[in-house]
Amino acid sequence: MAELAPPPPFIASRRQRRMLDLTYQPGFRGVAYFCLFMLYAPIVVLVIYSFNANPSVTIWTEFGTNWYVKVAANQYIQNAAITSLKIAVVATIGATIAATAAALATTRTLPYRGLGTAYVIINLPLMVPEIVTAVATLSFFAMGRTLLGIDLGLANLMLAHMVFCIPFAYLPIRARLEDMDRTLEQAAADLYASPWHAFRRITLPLLTPGIVAGAMLAFITSIDDVTITTLVAGPGQTTLPIYIFGQIRRGITPETNAASTIMLAVSVLLVSLFFFLAQRRKK
Amino acid sequence: MRKGLIGGLVGVTVAFAALTLAGCGEKKEEQSSSSTSTTESSSTASSSTTSTTTTGTTTDSGASSSSTTSTPSTTQQAAAPEGGELHIYNWGNYTNPELIKKFEATYKVKVTLDDYDSNETMLAKIKGGATGYDIVVPSDYMVAVMIKEGLLEETKPNSMENFKNVDPRWVDVYWDKGRNYTVPWQWGTTAFTVNTDVYKGDVNTYKLIFDPPPELQGRINMLDDMNEVINAGLRYLNLPRCNKNPEDLKKLTDLLMGAKKYWRTFDYATIQKLTSKDVDLSQQWNGASMRVRLQMPSMVYAYPKEGLTGWMDNVAVLKGAPNIENAKKFQNFVMDPENAALVSNFAHYANGIAGSEKFMDKDMAAAPEIVMPASAPAPEFLPPCDEDTVKLYNAIWTELKK
Amino acid sequence: MASIDAAAAPATSETLARTREQIRRRDALKRTGLLTPALLIIVVFGIFPLFIVLFYSFLEAGAYGGVEWKFSIDAYVTFLFNRDLFDPSILHFSPSYLQIFARSFIVAGIATVICLLVGFPAAYFMATRPAKTRNLWLFLVTLPFWTNLLVRSFAMMLIIRDQGLINGFLMWIGAIQQPIVMLYTPFAVALGLLYAFLPFMVLPLYASLEKIDFRLVEAGFDLYATRGQVLRRIIIPLSRPGIIAGCILVFIPGLGAYITPALLGGGRDLMIGNLIAQQFGGSRNWPFGSAMALILMAVVLVFLMIYASVTGRQKVGHG
Repeated sequence: MAELAPPPPFIASRRQRRMLDLTYQPGFRGVAYFCLFMLYAPIVVLVIYSFNANPSVTIWTEFGTNWYVKVAANQYIQNAAITSLKIAVVATIGATIAATAAALATTRTLPYRGLGTAYVIINLPLMVPEIVTAVATLSFFAMGRTLLGIDLGLANLMLAHMVFCIPFAYLPIRARLEDMDRTLEQAAADLYASPWHAFRRITLPLLTPGIVAGAMLAFITSIDDVTITTLVAGPGQTTLPIYIFGQIRRGITPETNAASTIMLAVSVLLVSLFFFLAQRRKK
Repeated sequence: MRKGLIGGLVGVTVAFAALTLAGCGEKKEEQSSSSTSTTESSSTASSSTTSTTTTGTTTDSGASSSSTTSTPSTTQQAAAPEGGELHIYNWGNYTNPELIKKFEATYKVKVTLDDYDSNETMLAKIKGGATGYDIVVPSDYMVAVMIKEGLLEETKPNSMENFKNVDPRWVDVYWDKGRNYTVPWQWGTTAFTVNTDVYKGDVNTYKLIFDPPPELQGRINMLDDMNEVINAGLRYLNLPRCNKNPEDLKKLTDLLMGAKKYWRTFDYATIQKLTSKDVDLSQQWNGASMRVRLQMPSMVYAYPKEGLTGWMDNVAVLKGAPNIENAKKFQNFVMDPENAALVSNFAHYANGIAGSEKFMDKDMAAAPEIVMPASAPAPEFLPPCDEDTVKLYNAIWTELKK
Repeated sequence: MASIDAAAAPATSETLARTREQIRRRDALKRTGLLTPALLIIVVFGIFPLFIVLFYSFLEAGAYGGVEWKFSIDAYVTFLFNRDLFDPSILHFSPSYLQIFARSFIVAGIATVICLLVGFPAAYFMATRPAKTRNLWLFLVTLPFWTNLLVRSFAMMLIIRDQGLINGFLMWIGAIQQPIVMLYTPFAVALGLLYAFLPFMVLPLYASLEKIDFRLVEAGFDLYATRGQVLRRIIIPLSRPGIIAGCILVFIPGLGAYITPALLGGGRDLMIGNLIAQQFGGSRNWPFGSAMALILMAVVLVFLMIYASVTGRQKVGHG
């Protein structure tokens, strides 16, 4: 009997691969790329117009790097950017820690007295319109200053930011934690792990995407905040949004575009560095 | 177990410690930068951060006067302010950095500059509590309000050395007769700017806003300012300002509601609106109008025959400010013609100081926006209205924009 | 043996009760400890200041802003009633402020729905990428938001305005003769809100979708479900916490948003946010601003409390 040729190798076409993929949903890839496009189109425009030689943010005349030169010489905008970053980093770290703890305490438990209240308190800063929080916080700190003589400097702003960052960090973490079953932690307990050990090795890694999402939300909320920061900031504490906002009435120039581009470039560098190091460590 | 509780408390303590250290780090920076100099300056720094009580001012005047009499030793280091500090709170994009540098060099003072976007934000912040600023730059009506509320220090600029340079017509003004509190910074008018490529007729009337020709309908931007819009309407109807009369207000409301459909936007960012051709007519300040004309020569600033608003921004010192002596020096500094010209060249508005013309940019000396033509009506400087009127105006504004 | 049991029986139930009590107390302590940082920060720096606002709403407005320390419910009255122009003692019911509230609710609601419709597929796609790419996507989606919102909004205006990039391109290739009016329309406002709030929907959704066990999906396919059914009956219910978290994070701040809508919508219409901000500014009526803020909070609070008791209770699953 002649030998049968081996069957031709099975090379799936893209359509076949798609059909075999469990997670495939039609159109979702397109929406995701559309989102990216929509998010980045203004950024690209922003970067391009930062090289616009004339002072208008809307009319393109010619290529020029004069705005970058101006930013390099403008200490006010640099200080504003650095202050923004300082506040945002501290507020994010504080808010994420507090939010993680709070999420652990309010999810996956039988209802206890005060659960509803705790939940409301945690989410309260979300519900208050910013201008009201701003005026209230300003009055509060002013009272602290005049009655008790306490002035925490930049920490005032950091605390004020932490207050509204907490609910932004809390909700994604909670969303992640709900429905996370306890069998893994129970298994760990069966294996004589202490609660802290179980938390560190099991819960925390499982929770990480939620924590990262929460931290990012907190960061972008803090770095963009205008109203509260305007009223609560003291002398020398101008942040970048305040600086930019104050320019609206008198005319925004591509200088702000240049500053934003620089900040963007710096953030990309930092995060890439972080990822790179994280990959190295995994190896 | 207890670990949870302890963990929580430890976390809180660590967070607070980090915060206070970060906050103290800020304070220490300010302190160290100002105390690289002579003796009492350390007390200057601490007093400026703890509170704005009057005890701070006496030590300040002591420190600064001692530094002005003694020759500054560290002249190479521009960041060594033996003269103390000055905290300025001004409109955004309104203070010439060169002016600040010159002031810092002349008096060896470290200046911080912060921005606000409107008089109201500034007032809300000052009223909300002690803030640590020394100098603010309110508009005319806001000066009147702040003096009434006791928020300004009576620094008597009229007894300062450079006061003789102030143009006499800006001395006895309704908001500060005789200039006991404030010093002129910039002044201007508010009317509107028209793109004469689109509209070829006579621009000097509010009819273009309230009853526009077809080519301007839907191409108009109004300032997002209750007073400016209402006053424009009152002028067009030839009714008095700060009007409480119910019939007048009814007419005004009808006029505004009828005209709203011709208006495309309400926005302060007027320069962008015009240069990007989103609108062809916009209520605008004269200096902004000049900037637009420099980019698009067909833009013309209108001087409506029914009247227009005049305004002046003034340098004022907050009551109980931590660095009053330096603030007074700044007020005096700004009254010098050369320095006033520095301000004007940056912000593109007229200042109130005689003799500054020869230091100002040439294109400002000939600009029709800055130098009013003889045929234009005198600008009205309007005092703030009383609260009943404001309440009524509020209701109208809400009605207009709801 | 029987004697041992007999001796052990009564003691066991007591120790059991005691141990249970101990465990409960320990749990309560642990919970308190965990909650403390968040609650402390918010109560001290968020809630005490709010009491100030509560006081303000019951005081009289100062002549030039600020408050006079005299009790008055004028602020709340002004919300619903207008004093007649000709006779101040007559009150007319005035729906203006309610209209403004309603408009903000509608706009925020639409923004939430759009964010959900756009954000869910995007988050799902991100969550189903391989691990390395997943992080990259997360980074890519968040990066634009590290740029200032105002600057980005101006850039967006540049793209959609009448003389902007889109219209310029379309007219250049001859597709249209007159520019399509996109800016200063409700479309622009919706786009602006979508743009500003997208990460607030995508990130919680991503966090929730990422942990879906796709064996359940596989089971669904084994049972002859179509992809649409799998989506509707397995994936969406499993990601419900994320959906709700995302909706809260978009809707509630969206209620108070006014800078972006004003910029892109032209500022012709008032939203709650700028109405309240105005009260603390040119309108010089702090009590009224405070009252409106409290009314807004009260409405939202009701919804939130319902959500809290519904979801906090059920998730005690044991896998």
